[in-house]
Amino acid sequence: MNHLIVNKGYQPIDSLNNPDNGQKWSLWRKLLLGLSPSDYFRQVLRNPFNWVLGLIFAIGLPVIIYRYATGLGGVMHASYDYPWGLFLGFGLFCMVPLSASGFLLGTTVELFGHKKFKPILRLALLNGLLGYFFAVVYLLVDLGCPWRLYYPMFVSWGTAAVLFLVGWHVATYLSVQIMEVSEAFFEWVNWPTAKKFIHSGTIGLTVAGIILSTLHQGALGTLLCYAPGKVHPLWYSQEFLWIFYLCSSVFAGICMVIAVSTVVEKTMSWRCGSEFLDNLGPITIGLAKGATMALVTYLVIKIIGIIHDNEWAYLTTGWGTWFMLEIGLGVILPIILFSIGIRKNSVWLVRFTAFLTILGLMMNRLNTALITFNWDLYQEIPHPLEAVITVTIFALFITVYRFILYRLPILYTWKTVSEEELVSIADLDSTQTQQAAVLVDTAGKESLGPA
Amino acid sequence: MRRISRRGFFKVTAAGSSALAISSTKKAFGMKEFKGYPDSMGVLVDLTRCIGCRTCEAACNKEHGLPEPEIPFDDFSVFDQVFHDGKRKRRTSDSAYTVVNRYDDTSSGAPVYRKIQCNHCNEPACLTSCFVNAYTKTKEGAVIYNPDVCVGCRMCMVACPFRIPAYSYHSALHPQIIKCNFCYDTRLKKGKPPACVEACPQEALTFGHRKTLIKIAHERIRSDPDKYVDHVYGETEVGGTSWMYLSSVPFDQVGFDTSLQHHPILDNTKSFLGFVPMVLGIWPAMFMGFHLLSTRGKEETEKKVSENK
Repeated sequence: MNHLIVNKGYQPIDSLNNPDNGQKWSLWRKLLLGLSPSDYFRQVLRNPFNWVLGLIFAIGLPVIIYRYATGLGGVMHASYDYPWGLFLGFGLFCMVPLSASGFLLGTTVELFGHKKFKPILRLALLNGLLGYFFAVVYLLVDLGCPWRLYYPMFVSWGTAAVLFLVGWHVATYLSVQIMEVSEAFFEWVNWPTAKKFIHSGTIGLTVAGIILSTLHQGALGTLLCYAPGKVHPLWYSQEFLWIFYLCSSVFAGICMVIAVSTVVEKTMSWRCGSEFLDNLGPITIGLAKGATMALVTYLVIKIIGIIHDNEWAYLTTGWGTWFMLEIGLGVILPIILFSIGIRKNSVWLVRFTAFLTILGLMMNRLNTALITFNWDLYQEIPHPLEAVITVTIFALFITVYRFILYRLPILYTWKTVSEEELVSIADLDSTQTQQAAVLVDTAGKESLGPA
Repeated sequence: MRRISRRGFFKVTAAGSSALAISSTKKAFGMKEFKGYPDSMGVLVDLTRCIGCRTCEAACNKEHGLPEPEIPFDDFSVFDQVFHDGKRKRRTSDSAYTVVNRYDDTSSGAPVYRKIQCNHCNEPACLTSCFVNAYTKTKEGAVIYNPDVCVGCRMCMVACPFRIPAYSYHSALHPQIIKCNFCYDTRLKKGKPPACVEACPQEALTFGHRKTLIKIAHERIRSDPDKYVDHVYGETEVGGTSWMYLSSVPFDQVGFDTSLQHHPILDNTKSFLGFVPMVLGIWPAMFMGFHLLSTRGKEETEKKVSENK
């Protein structure tokens, strides 16, 4: 994408009005990033990554159709001993902790008032929203009767079930996150009243996010408390599994923000605002500090878990080696690397470590939900088509993610009329400036295009 | 301002408290223990009497109109079938509610046969883990399933400590959980024993009140202590089951999970579920407090700074 933009001296849309003629951008032009349709499609074809995505969809979408036509049995092993596969193991158990970013950064910026992290707040919120949304998409593939997704809400209540809590919380939290991200959307479509309305409820939404996240991140772990004996004792803990899950979601969410911001900075710097780009280094280091604290806490409570259930003997078995590998690569090594990165102020070491931590987290979730499940029975490798669908949905996740980042003011600041106006009238004398400022104040973000 | 009358106040309060009573089910917060319905029925399976004739399998298949199996019920080669590198014997499936397996390497030297089916727990994990209440434990002791509300999450299959529920994965439009229902609709409701029990030629299966069956089981052990292992499997496992077993060889030699907990699976989640209302109650005030403590001073300074500009 960069090439063409650079060639044409392209300026991405970042304001209500076209700076060339002062006209409002039409929605159509906004969707096309300010390009003409032919230019836009030339760009799409030019980007090799789009071809990769296209290839994945060309293979994956027919497989998804096949899944709905033949039932789950067509794409899974239809195992009674392994009822859950990659759709839940990856789609729910990994995506949800990696999407904790929204509530974490929301808490940091809005609740504790650490404005330093504000440039990355919207990215964290969007990452949370999309992660949860796509966890639900994975669910829609995995559920035997996806058309009954709303049953636990409106048809039949199993209130004693942990999954009931997960279902309700994911649904409510998804709505909360839609509201949080909608501020950016309202700026983009120019609905200042709606933005103001949502903005007035920021603190309420943030606190709701904390409550819901505490409970459902933990509840995901508690789901496996229904299967004592099936999950390997080293990964199982009746008392602490929920807090292991909650604590690890903290560093998972933070690392996901570091990882995504890295990708964004490398692949779409044209879309990043200066506030984002200039502050990303210190923000990344700051995030790494938070992640390190969560990692250390997690390591401590994991050790407490082993002591509490007296599981030392298992550590000498093959499963024990696997467990120590997970802790070593996913927790201890990240703690060391993060510490070095923070001390040396090395953004790149921190970024590398964030990716490593994400892999470690995924290893943990897949281990508890899939790999060590039925550890004393037999192991089952997921069906290849299951992997194809999982990758396809993840590609869809990336596509939607990129589509939104290209357009909504997530990485850049939406230039409201007030700023443009102030710039354009900066030369005018002071009385006029004051009048204009008053005008802008009262009209908020209304269109007062330069005359 | 409209005054609230005394009558109106009571109306609102009554409505509120009844709503609360409905929403907080006894399962989650109320009763500490559920020992099963007093008149729950059950079946005692005496492995020492089973000869592996598979009559029960055939009777079950007929009773529930299940598809005819590839290998007929009088073909005993099925006992040699193993799956997953010999790690797994036959199990219940979407076309078999019950299955008999033969175990050769037992301490008695002779092969031992074991029938498996849903054990109809007193406090079933499938039921308590189901988020749409698709399962019901009837007062007669059966654990029955309602496919009309099932979403197909398969949590019950994960939760079942006996690995019993199967799923019709190959149905695109009507996939559902498939498991033994104790012949609830056709027999148990009318006080009749299930088809498999009625068909057993060896009286290996005894149908009766669960309480009576426990007495019978212990009486058999007492009268012939050399023959039986001194344990009634299912009396206390996962809080007790309606189907119970007697064996002449240690239970772990014939495929039973002897490491199961002796309290309901639901108990494992109670401490977390008890934490939920506390989070809902405490977190809002706590985090609003954090917010006020950490931002109040800052906002004022920020205001001053902007005013000075």
